[in-house]
Amino acid sequence: MTTATETPKLKAKDFQVPHPNDWCPGCGDFGIINAIQQTFARMGLDPSSVVMVGGIGCSGKAPYYVGSYGVHTLHGRPLPFATGIKLANPELTVIAAGGDGDGLGIGAGHFVNAGRRNVDMTYVLFNNAVYGLTKGQAAPTLPMGLQTKSLAEPNIQMEINPLMLAFASGFTWIGRGYSYNIKELVGLMQRAIEHPGLAYLDVLQPCPTYNNIHTKEWFAGKDLEEVRPRVRPLPEDYDGIIEQGASEEDVFAKMNDFIAMAHEWGDYIPTGVYLENRSVSKFEDRISNRMPSYADASPAGRPIADADGITRTELARIFEELAIN
Amino acid sequence: MGSNGKIQDIAWRTGGPQGSGIDTAALIFSRSCGLAGLELFGRREYYSNIMGRHSYYDVRASDAVQTSHRDVVDMLTTFEAETLLRHYTAVCPGGAIVYPNTEADVPLSIATFLDERFTADIAAELESQGLPPTTAGAIESARARGVLCYEINFDEIINDLAETLGVPYKIAARARNTLAVAVSTAILEFRRDIVKQALEKQWPGRQKIIDMNVEAVEQAYNYTREKLDLSGFIFRLDASESTDKRIMVNGNQAVALGKLAGGLTMQSYYPISPATDESTYLEAHAEFPTRDGGEGYVLVVQTEDEISAITMAAGAALTGARSSTATSGPGFALMTEGIGWAGINEVPLVVTLWQRGGPSTGMPTRNDQGDLLFACNAGHGDFPKIVISSGDVIEAFYDAAQAFNYADRYQTVVVHILDKALSSQSRTIPPYDLDQVKIERGEIAEPRGLTDGKPNGEGAFHRFAFTESGISPRTLLGQPGNAHWMTGGEHTPQGRVTEDPIIREKMMEKRARKMELAAAEIPVDEKFKVFGDREADLTILTWGSNKGAVLEVLDKLEAQDASARLVQVRLMVPFPMELVAVLESAKPLVIVESNFSGQFAQLLRQQTGITPDHQIVKYNGRPISGEELLRAINEIREGGADSRIVLRNPYQ
Repeated sequence: MTTATETPKLKAKDFQVPHPNDWCPGCGDFGIINAIQQTFARMGLDPSSVVMVGGIGCSGKAPYYVGSYGVHTLHGRPLPFATGIKLANPELTVIAAGGDGDGLGIGAGHFVNAGRRNVDMTYVLFNNAVYGLTKGQAAPTLPMGLQTKSLAEPNIQMEINPLMLAFASGFTWIGRGYSYNIKELVGLMQRAIEHPGLAYLDVLQPCPTYNNIHTKEWFAGKDLEEVRPRVRPLPEDYDGIIEQGASEEDVFAKMNDFIAMAHEWGDYIPTGVYLENRSVSKFEDRISNRMPSYADASPAGRPIADADGITRTELARIFEELAIN
Repeated sequence: MGSNGKIQDIAWRTGGPQGSGIDTAALIFSRSCGLAGLELFGRREYYSNIMGRHSYYDVRASDAVQTSHRDVVDMLTTFEAETLLRHYTAVCPGGAIVYPNTEADVPLSIATFLDERFTADIAAELESQGLPPTTAGAIESARARGVLCYEINFDEIINDLAETLGVPYKIAARARNTLAVAVSTAILEFRRDIVKQALEKQWPGRQKIIDMNVEAVEQAYNYTREKLDLSGFIFRLDASESTDKRIMVNGNQAVALGKLAGGLTMQSYYPISPATDESTYLEAHAEFPTRDGGEGYVLVVQTEDEISAITMAAGAALTGARSSTATSGPGFALMTEGIGWAGINEVPLVVTLWQRGGPSTGMPTRNDQGDLLFACNAGHGDFPKIVISSGDVIEAFYDAAQAFNYADRYQTVVVHILDKALSSQSRTIPPYDLDQVKIERGEIAEPRGLTDGKPNGEGAFHRFAFTESGISPRTLLGQPGNAHWMTGGEHTPQGRVTEDPIIREKMMEKRARKMELAAAEIPVDEKFKVFGDREADLTILTWGSNKGAVLEVLDKLEAQDASARLVQVRLMVPFPMELVAVLESAKPLVIVESNFSGQFAQLLRQQTGITPDHQIVKYNGRPISGEELLRAINEIREGGADSRIVLRNPYQ
C-alpha cells in the first residue's frame, strides 16, 4: 500500500525519460506507460522510492520509459524479482510489468504463487494476446480458433482467463483496464498501488503489428451491428469489495459475482475494479507476526556489522544448543 | 588416552529403516561420547525416502580429532535383519555385532529393500562359505572372522523395564533405541552415568521421558553384565580427560551459521536434498540476538521453484540486503539463467551448491562432486563469477561468511560449492570465533539526493561506470537521487540496453577486470592450503570433503615414516595460478575426487597444462574413507599403479 502524498509536486513529465522509445507506432504500450507516469505524478511519488520491474518482451521494456529505478529482468520472472525487492525493502513502491506470454506462459508458476503470498505490490499485465517481440506467435490469452496474421494455422490451444487465474491464485485486488482509456487506467493504477496487498491489473491493448483481430477498432466495437465500444465500465451496481471481517456468506456472494463478470467477453468487456479483497493479510504482516523485528528494520536496512566491521551476529545461544559437553 | 595408554579410536555403526529412530540412537551415543570429552566424527547415509528404507549412522569417537569415517567398524548395533545383512562384513575381527534375538535366523528374502544385486552377492558369499542365505549364516560368517556376535532379547529387557516402571509394554518399548545404545556402551564398558547424562541433554526438561530412558540404561547394563560373555571383545571406550567446550555441527548447520555470522538477512530456497536442511535450520534459528544487545533475524522464504529462489534473492540483493539461496544440482540447473542475470548486472549474490549424485535426479541423497565444472561454467555467455569450496565444517562456516564479502567486493555471484558428504557429516569442534568474521560491503555509492531541485536532476545514475578496477560503486534501490536502470541486456553505464560494439567491448572488459582484481587480491591461503610435509614430493591434491580422508592418509603415512603433502584447493574461479609453482615439485601428483571424470583435474589442465600422474576417483555415491584412500596411495607408492584408480566398495 503506497498512499498518495497530499501535495503532489511532480508532473508526469518528471517521470518521463530523455531517450527514445522503440515500440511500434500505435502500440498499446504507449497508453499504459503514459498512465503509469501520470499515476506516479498524481500520487506524488518520489522517483527514487519507486522500482519498476519488467519482464521480457515489448512490455518488459516498460521500466526504461519511466524515470524511476527500473529493473529489466528475465522472461517470466518479474514477480519473483519484485517480491525479493519488496520483501527486502518494504518502503519501496514496487510495480511489476510484463506481457501475457511473460506472466501467463513462461511465468505462470510465479503468477500463481505470488497470489499465495499477497506481497504488497502491483502487477500490470500488458495483455495483447500475442508474442510481439518474437513476431506474433499466439500468447496464452489468444482465444482458441483465432488466427492472427503471423499464425500459419488457427490457434489450437485454449486461452487462459487471467482474471480467473488471478482470482484462483489469491490476488487480493483484480482490475481490468484498456490502454487507450488512460483516464480510467490512471484511476485503476492508483487504486491498485494503494491496495495493501498484491494487485493484478490486466490491461487490454492492441498490438497493431501482429494482432490484426483485437485492434483498436475492434475494441471500439466498430464491427458491431450497433457500434459501441466493447470495453465499457463494469455495471454501476457491481461491487467487488470484500470488507475486512466479511461473513463467509458475503464473501461467497462476491466471489460468484466476480466469476460471472470475469467471464464477460465478446461484445462487452467490462473494465474497472473486479475485486478488492480487504480480508486477507499481506505477506509482510504475516512475516512481522512471526518475527516482530522484521517490522523494525528491513533486510536491506538491518545493520549487520559493528563500527569495526565485525559481525553483529551473536551465536552463543545456538552454540549452547549445539554443545556436546 | 584409553586405559591401555593408546589413543582410542572407536568406530560404531547403527542402522535401520528410516523413521525408526536411528538418528536418535546415534545422537544418544554421540552425546554420551561428547560428554566424555571425546572427539566425534559422524556421518549419515540415507535413501531418498521417508520411511522404511535403510539408513545408517557412523560415529567415530576418539581422543584425537578424526577427519574421516571408517569403512571397517568396531561395533555394529542393529535392530533388524537388513542392517545386519548390509553391514556384517564391515565389522572388524575382535569387534562386535549386537542384534535382536528375533532376527537371529531369518532368510535374506525378508529384507525386501535390499537391492537384488546386494542380495545375490551376499547369498553367493555365504554359499561359498557353506552357509545358508539367512541372518544366521551372516552371523556365523562374522563369527568365523573373529567378530563377537551378541544376541539380545530386547523383549525381555522391555518387559523388565515395563514392570519396574509400572507401565505397559508398548510404552516401555519406546526406549528400544536407548536400550540398544546402552547395550553397546555397556559392552564397551563405557560409564553408564555419562549415558544417563546424555539422555538429559537429549530430552531437556522432559523428565518422564528421561526417567524411563535412564531406567532403560540401567536395565541394559544389568542385562549385559548378567547375560553376555564379553571375554574376547577387545575394545573399550574410556572417557577422556579433556574438558574443552565443544559443539557438534554438520555441514548444513555450519553453512547456515556462517551465513548468519556473515550478515545474511534474506534467504530464498526451494526444497531439495541435500540442501534443504541448511534453509530449514536457518528458518528454525531465524531470530537471534546481536552482540550489542539488539535483535537480529534472517528472512527465509520458501519459493515455488529454484528460478524464483535465485531471482528473489537477486531482487533482495539489489536493495543492499545480504541475500543468498541454497540448492543442489537439479535446482542449480534451473538457477543458471538467474546467475547470468546477476553476473551482467553485477549483483552480489551467494549461491550455496550442495552437490549430490547426478545427472538429472541421479542419487539425491548420495555424495558426488560432479558439479564442479557446471558450477564454474554456470550461465550462458562470459561473465565473472567466483567459485569457492570448503573441505570441512570449520571452513564451511568461515567460507559461508566470507562468500558475502567476495560478492560485495567484486559485485558478482559467488557459488559456494560443497557436497553431500559434508552436509551430513558431523564433527565436534570448538565454537566458531565471531571476532574473526569481518563484514566488508565493497564500494557503495553515496545517495545524490535532490539535484537541480529534481529527484534525478543530473540524469540517471551511472551504476555501471567504467572504472580502472572494473568495480563501479553500486547503488541500492531506493537511494535518493540515484535512480537508474538494470537489465539482463548489454547496457550503458546508466543501465540502458545497448548493442553498440564499443560499449559492448568496454563492458565485457570492465566486468572481466573484476576477476583479475579478485585473482590478485584474494590471499593465497584462501585460494588453497598445503598440509603435511610441505617439502614432500608425493603430492595429493583434492577439494571439498575429501580433505578429511587425505588428512587421515597423511597421518598414517607419517606413522609409516613416509612423507606426503596435501594441496587442498579452495578457490576454483578465478583459478589460483599460484598452484603452478607449488605443483612443480610434485612427484607424483595424485588428484583425489568424488566424481567420475576427474573434473578438477580437467580444470587444472585447462588452466595450467598440468596433468596428474594418478587420479583417484570414487563415484558410487559414498564418501571416500581414509582407509580406502590409504590403500590406493600405498599402491601408487609401491609403483606400478594405474594412472586411474577407482575406489569401490560394494557394501556401502
